[in-house]
Amino acid sequence: MHPAFLGIATIFFGVVACLGYFWGANWVLDKVIFPPRGPNAGRNINRANLIRPWVFLFPALFALTLYLVYPVIETFRLSLTDRDADNAFVGAANYTQMLSEPKFWEAMRNNMLWLIVVPALSTGFGLLAAQLTDRLSWGNIAKSLIFMPMAISFVGASVIWKLVYDARPAGTDQIGILNALYIWFGGTEPNTWLTIPFWNNFFLMIVLVWIQTGFAMVILSAALRGIPEETVEAAIVDGANPFQIFFKIKVPQIKGTILVVWTTITITVLKVFDIVFAMTNGQWETQVLANYMYDKMFRANDWGVGSASAMVIMLLVTPILIWNVRNARRELR
Amino acid sequence: MDNIAGSKSGLSWAVNISVVFLVVLWLLPTVGLLVSSFRTADQIASSGWWASLGTQQLNNPAIRLSGEERLESGLFVIEGNLFPDTNPTVLAWGTSSRATSAFGPGETAELSKGRTVTVDAEGRFRMTAQDSQQGKRLPRVFTSTSSPPEFTLDNYQLMLFDDSNLEGMAKAFFNTLTVTIPATIIPILIAAFAAYALAWMDFPGRALLVAMVVGLLVVPLQLALIPLLKLHLGIGIGKGYLGVWLAHTGFGLPLAIYLLRNYMVGLPRDIIENAKVDGATDFQIFTKIILPLSFPALASFAIFQFLWTWNDLLVAKVFLIDSTGSTTVMTNQIVELLGTRGGNWEILATAAFVSIAVPLAVFFAMQKYLVRGLLAGSVK
Repeated sequence: MHPAFLGIATIFFGVVACLGYFWGANWVLDKVIFPPRGPNAGRNINRANLIRPWVFLFPALFALTLYLVYPVIETFRLSLTDRDADNAFVGAANYTQMLSEPKFWEAMRNNMLWLIVVPALSTGFGLLAAQLTDRLSWGNIAKSLIFMPMAISFVGASVIWKLVYDARPAGTDQIGILNALYIWFGGTEPNTWLTIPFWNNFFLMIVLVWIQTGFAMVILSAALRGIPEETVEAAIVDGANPFQIFFKIKVPQIKGTILVVWTTITITVLKVFDIVFAMTNGQWETQVLANYMYDKMFRANDWGVGSASAMVIMLLVTPILIWNVRNARRELR
Repeated sequence: MDNIAGSKSGLSWAVNISVVFLVVLWLLPTVGLLVSSFRTADQIASSGWWASLGTQQLNNPAIRLSGEERLESGLFVIEGNLFPDTNPTVLAWGTSSRATSAFGPGETAELSKGRTVTVDAEGRFRMTAQDSQQGKRLPRVFTSTSSPPEFTLDNYQLMLFDDSNLEGMAKAFFNTLTVTIPATIIPILIAAFAAYALAWMDFPGRALLVAMVVGLLVVPLQLALIPLLKLHLGIGIGKGYLGVWLAHTGFGLPLAIYLLRNYMVGLPRDIIENAKVDGATDFQIFTKIILPLSFPALASFAIFQFLWTWNDLLVAKVFLIDSTGSTTVMTNQIVELLGTRGGNWEILATAAFVSIAVPLAVFFAMQKYLVRGLLAGSVK
């Protein structure tokens, strides 16, 4: 069967099954198990209302448990076993093996760099763009163009930036704009930017910064708009210059939002896989954890060490997870 | 308000210029690839894409003269055009590889054995000789020419509509579409019901469940790969569309529930309570009131999920693409092209743009909902 038909059939059956489930379960609940009539009408209504939330929640909870909660536990279990030795329990052996690999430490070092540079630059550029475009007559167009890379896949962005970094032999016309500028400003030899150890990490990070700046800008721009006008007016009356207004009045008031943007981008950074995979595949010392994990799991078929490195990613995410949950709970109260 | 006081026109200029600079900086890489996708392989290899927007200066490979010979007042003459198909302007030309631009257009070169060659600016040449050139090798001419900007749709023709091209994107395009649409629609339905329960129904453990959803929002996908692949292989789904739809549904649910719940909580309490007083059941309230009112949030999530599944590489690689490769998606196809056709920018640029075009169109058409969703999802 052609996959497109399969797709249409799935949409149809999926939608019908979902609606059928919700409608059917609701009907059964109201008409069959706890009908709101007879001697126990009132009690039946209450009982039905006790159960109904769980009817509504069941498919979502089931999927969440199966696709997110269970894998976290299972990954932890796998990280303590050896697939080749018939899934025997091996304690921390996978972790010690991982910690002894230089590639892992390279990935850790690079990930730390990514974690510092990308959120900082994205948030910084985003804040700059948000402030600059704020009262511009064509600000919305400018914002929309800076926001655009958000829609582009990491793989598409990798191709876009590979062309920027392209290098041709010295003496011929450069077709990568970076090398063309480099030569134009007096450079002699064109560089293959992605193969210069250490610095190539930054050329990869630029791709993510380019994508994430729009996100930061949109959110910070809304936050800037939400600042009470009086505070800015008062500052102007007191003779503050535009820079003072920005850094002393506006930024402190949107500190919370900046933090949220920062952590959201941090999460994205920790999961970044496609860019490194497509552009260097971890060669020339550009390995990152997510790609290291992919290498271990699907190239080396070493599920133990792969799971161990996935747990490292989970560990790095955990502080943000806890912080988010605590914030959410505070709001609920 | 910056206009009332404390603003200087100099500063306003500086702001305008900085924003122009930022926008250009952000657009340039994409424009470069877009322009490249409309150029031929030769053009891409010989000059930067920015040069294609102006006139093209090219050093052409040598062209050997050819044509019908005729006798003209005692001389054997061959006339013709070096560029019968294109019409570039000849800037300089030469007859030896050591001096490829020795002559200007219209000048005459004296060759051995009394032969002369003249090339004019339009590329027309005239060669004269004392004796017949029949059966002899005619001289070669090197030219440097300039031509107006020239773009082609051939790359798109090759990558999209040429069935014989095994690296084409047409199949991958449909595969991506097949992955994306069910993976966008199914989670919305499931999440909407759950979000309603979490927003407007009272039951013990509700706060805990909301907290769990918030926590699951940030759980890295990487952890789910092996256990779920094992599960899929174990229960017989294997690698395929069903698996990737289920995976995308599961991974998209936390965001869907979170976004929709946040939106639904903000709906006016009066409407819901009035409906309850009038005897509406929860099911009716949900389908007749909440769902239509929540359209903006549903649209926001739909766009997120669509962009995310369309652009995804990792989930497709793990859950969909088997060793036959017949279910490859565009992102994967591009990565493979990067490996095998690393220098062929006409192919890479076109492939990338075929995959980027749809999300970009969605982005510009539905930006309002995307921004709303982002704000609802993160500003708290």
